[in-house]
Amino acid sequence: MIDDFILSALLAGVLVAMAAGPLGCFLVWRRMAYFGDTISHSALLGVGLGLALGTTSPWVIVITCAAISWILLFLERGGKFSTDTLLGILAHSALSIGLIIIALQDNLRQDMMFLLIGDILAIDTPELTGIALMTMGTLGGLIYIWKPLLSITVHEDLARVEGVNILKIKVIYMLLIALLVAFAMKVIGALLITSLMIIPAAAARTMARSPVQMAVGSMIIGSLSVVMGILLSSQWDVPAGPAIVLSALLLFLLGRVLPKGFRV
Amino acid sequence: MRGLSKPMTESLIELDRVCLAFSGRAVLEEVSFTVGRGEIVTLIGPNGAGKSTIMKIALGLLTPDRGQVRRAKGISIGYMPQKISIEDNLPLTVQSFLKLRPGTTDAQVTEVMELVRIAHVATCPVQQVSGGEMQRVLMARALLGDPDLIVLDEPVQGVDITGQEELYRLISRVHRHKNCGVLMISHDLHMVMAGTDRVICLNRHICCSGAPENIQDHPEYQALLGKRADAIALYTHHHDHHHDSAGNVVSGDHGEGCDHD
Repeated sequence: MIDDFILSALLAGVLVAMAAGPLGCFLVWRRMAYFGDTISHSALLGVGLGLALGTTSPWVIVITCAAISWILLFLERGGKFSTDTLLGILAHSALSIGLIIIALQDNLRQDMMFLLIGDILAIDTPELTGIALMTMGTLGGLIYIWKPLLSITVHEDLARVEGVNILKIKVIYMLLIALLVAFAMKVIGALLITSLMIIPAAAARTMARSPVQMAVGSMIIGSLSVVMGILLSSQWDVPAGPAIVLSALLLFLLGRVLPKGFRV
Repeated sequence: MRGLSKPMTESLIELDRVCLAFSGRAVLEEVSFTVGRGEIVTLIGPNGAGKSTIMKIALGLLTPDRGQVRRAKGISIGYMPQKISIEDNLPLTVQSFLKLRPGTTDAQVTEVMELVRIAHVATCPVQQVSGGEMQRVLMARALLGDPDLIVLDEPVQGVDITGQEELYRLISRVHRHKNCGVLMISHDLHMVMAGTDRVICLNRHICCSGAPENIQDHPEYQALLGKRADAIALYTHHHDHHHDSAGNVVSGDHGEGCDHD
């Protein structure tokens, strides 16, 4: 008999992994892993702002992440610094300001660690419902922009000449990531969510022959990582978030050493 | 075969005194030209002359600081970019790459792959095809959607001489068949495709333009290219034949008329 809280944790983790994998594939294809980090670090600023406003609603996080993405788009157009540098500045500024605001709320100081690595074993039913809706929403949104986003990923100018609305698609994609990050905070935390986007996607690469296969593969590998991680965590009493990432890493490494016949 | 009944002079794209500067440095000054239906226009010019930039302005990818760009309403444009680098981690076959064009059906993809003879690499990862095949893949993508205007940025760069000939033959066949306009950047100052109606010699501004047979006599063309500018080569189907002693048309086996930098 599995405890209810383990069951909730498994369900929440798998749901987050299902959304994180396909979104992460595009981060890998677009060489934007660091962009994922920037958005998730901004989530801490969102948490801080929420606490200052007296709310824990994930929508404050969504809005904060979206705002940081907009600032990035705006600064990129200025062209003074490379995107890489801008991401570094934004990510760590948002992280630091967020942590300072959170630290100023006296009663919450001991929970800081959970913001960074999540607290999956403490997911309650309303949170689980929110995560389920988030997963449906992001997957639906991603299916909607799949082809144009893939086209932009391959060659932006070509896509634009062929009539793709670049800005619209990019903004939707950024919003989907913001949505995922905001609702996944409790599951895996601001520091680790990017790994649940990147590692399963990278692990799925070895066996995939098409973008769709890779996206589905990343969902499966991400879900496996969550299950393995939660089992590891309850077995050895280690934090669940890092255990999930470790499991994903093990699956990735396993894929690397697979016999040639399983690869493409 | 759309548009055959329309007059040859129907203008597909019109650039009027286009100017552009990047951080204070003028890249294009007062550039004007048109491409009409059924016309082949080739842009030549040294590195940094603004050839790709003016092409991007023509396509609407860049906005000029001053000047007008007019594209005929409702025309379909096929664009072949100079080069394309696709992340290795993206598992994408040639046919899926082609299908990325909005509104493309499987049947159209099959048809265009036959046309440019890349059916044998249809299921290959797009990162693994050879340089010449990749150019044909890009050409196929440009041809999907039955374009009224084809815009090609150095279509034969990095392709061996036989491949170049084949690509030019293909462009020429499509042009004849569909009577579309063609705007092309040549990879080589001395090479323009046979059948080119107009050569535009660009060096931030338009130095000179005209029929390929005449342009090499233009003082600006000679000034730009110096002493080696004694001949322009028309790329015909037989690259091993040279024309008369006047040297007007020397089809290039990379001989006298073709002096690579």
